Amino acid sequence: MTWPAEVQQRAKELIGRYPDPKSAVMPLLYLAMRQDGYLTETGMQEVAGWTGHTPAQVQSVATFYGMFKTEPLGTYLVSVCTSISCMLLGGDDVLEAVEDETGVPDGETDADRLFSVEHVECLGACGGAPAVQVNYELVEGPSPDQARALCRWLRDQRPALVNTDDMQERFGGRRSFDWAIAEERSALGPFPAFGPYGTVWEGDK
Amino acid sequence: MSHPQVLTARMTEHPTDSHTLERYETTGGYRHARRAIDMTRDEIVDLVKASGLLGRGGAAFSAGLKWSFLAPSRPSYLVVNGDESEPGTFKDRQLLERDPHQMIEGIIITSVANEVHEAFVYIRGEYPKPARRVQQAIDEAYAAGYLGQGIFGRDYDLDVTVHLGGGAYICGEETALINSLEGKRGEPRLKPPYFPAAKGLYMMPTIVNNVETVSNLPHILEMGTDDYRALGHADDSGTFLFSVSGHVKEPGNYELPHGITWRELIFDIAGGIRDDRALKAWIPGGASAPWFVPEHHLDLEITKDATGNAGSMLGSGAVVVMDETTCAVKAAERIVRFFSHESCGQCTPCREGTTWLEMILRRIEDGSGRRIDAELLLDVSDNISPGLTWPPKQTTICPLGPSAVSPITSVSRYFKDELLQHIEQAGCPLG
Repeated sequence: MTWPAEVQQRAKELIGRYPDPKSAVMPLLYLAMRQDGYLTETGMQEVAGWTGHTPAQVQSVATFYGMFKTEPLGTYLVSVCTSISCMLLGGDDVLEAVEDETGVPDGETDADRLFSVEHVECLGACGGAPAVQVNYELVEGPSPDQARALCRWLRDQRPALVNTDDMQERFGGRRSFDWAIAEERSALGPFPAFGPYGTVWEGDK
Repeated sequence: MSHPQVLTARMTEHPTDSHTLERYETTGGYRHARRAIDMTRDEIVDLVKASGLLGRGGAAFSAGLKWSFLAPSRPSYLVVNGDESEPGTFKDRQLLERDPHQMIEGIIITSVANEVHEAFVYIRGEYPKPARRVQQAIDEAYAAGYLGQGIFGRDYDLDVTVHLGGGAYICGEETALINSLEGKRGEPRLKPPYFPAAKGLYMMPTIVNNVETVSNLPHILEMGTDDYRALGHADDSGTFLFSVSGHVKEPGNYELPHGITWRELIFDIAGGIRDDRALKAWIPGGASAPWFVPEHHLDLEITKDATGNAGSMLGSGAVVVMDETTCAVKAAERIVRFFSHESCGQCTPCREGTTWLEMILRRIEDGSGRRIDAELLLDVSDNISPGLTWPPKQTTICPLGPSAVSPITSVSRYFKDELLQHIEQAGCPLG
């Protein structure tokens, strides 16, 4: 199995960003997740082929980092921070509300593959604690009720894209700092939305 | 607030467009990167040494001295560390998102000073929006001819590449970060021999500097060493970004000089404790730092030395404030759980020790603690960090393991009765 031509082109560009193709393994793993929704064995073999790592090396990298998921994921990965600053301001209650509203326990994905729920360590949003991310797009300071509303909105509206500024406006509370201006680019799935990785929606072209 | 803002001035004065090239240039941006190209490596290194700039990633090592250690072989690389993951820390996120050109100008200056033609910005994977902003700024800088081939029309090439992390705190440790950037597991390397300045990225000389450190450079060139030093206090030059979180009324990032007191920071600047409750304890410099308590530390001046002499550190500038309703055992458990989760697993004392510390703390909090547990916590801690001294000794490759010991020694020192109560009452006395 090989990637479609445009994805291969993207892989070549990503490899070109580094002096050594092996350095491109993490960007390519995100690219593989974009293709399959999570990291499949085939995806990891493809990454090995491109980077010159062995498949075992790729797997050892993939399983080292928390954001590379080797099990099927929901459309929406809801991550709730329960590290110290968020714990102090109700992060545990937000996690409980998310688990209850989605019916998905911490660390699991529902049968319909709509939601994956996880508690995570510090998201760097301590001044806006508690912090939640949907597909790594941040929402600062939601109350447990707002977190429930966020999950209901995802379930009822099934937005094809999620965006940090939009969700913050709808469901957020206190922010770590003034976000100042909103941007429109949005996440396509449970991986970080970043232009060069081909994981971000760039608008209708 | 009467304290001068430097790093956060532009985003405060021009909130809606501080991240754009246009605003950056109309407020004086890129003048010093241009100037730096005409300076010699020694001139810039000496200037930064004289400025007294200390690394802002947590270790507070002289930036200029670090640069002066760069080995002569080439190519050399620059890696900007934006893997900000220390619980309580969120200042680099603001700098990346709100003033990315300030960092890019710092990258140009650092690169010229270290003969670097290829720089990387390693941003944690959970920061996609900051990464998008930085990429946008890099694209603008390329288009303007400030990055790429022949920057500023001169005979100097510089490429800058953003690399996203994968959700591993340990990659903030510079040698782990380098392994990660080479496409390996983010496991720290032994120092010596793998000091990045000698054997770094691809075994070549490499400078690893924090986002805030690099963002200071345009201001050092702008102000000169005397004025820059004067922003600070005695040996702590420049300003310092404090990330204040937890039970204060006004959490946030505050750019301040050193030398104010903890009382001023917590009660005046951050507005005091929510609902006017009593202050129980605070962490002065990120989850790795031993805690401070009001009885001993509130009127201490916030300087590197005063904090170090009192048995803690300013670290990454993360101040986590806990009020009287906080259970000290639960807070410690949460911090230890973090380090247990983030241990890379290479060193036995850290991998096994942090796991045991977490389990013991959890059973104490849950009411299943045993009488020996208070001693056992210290015994396990002693295997990770012999003697439980400050600064900590380590039996491990990197300081992650000893970081997990800080909350244990803090509870043991200041909240021993509360810990023992948990065991005696078979549960948390705070409910």
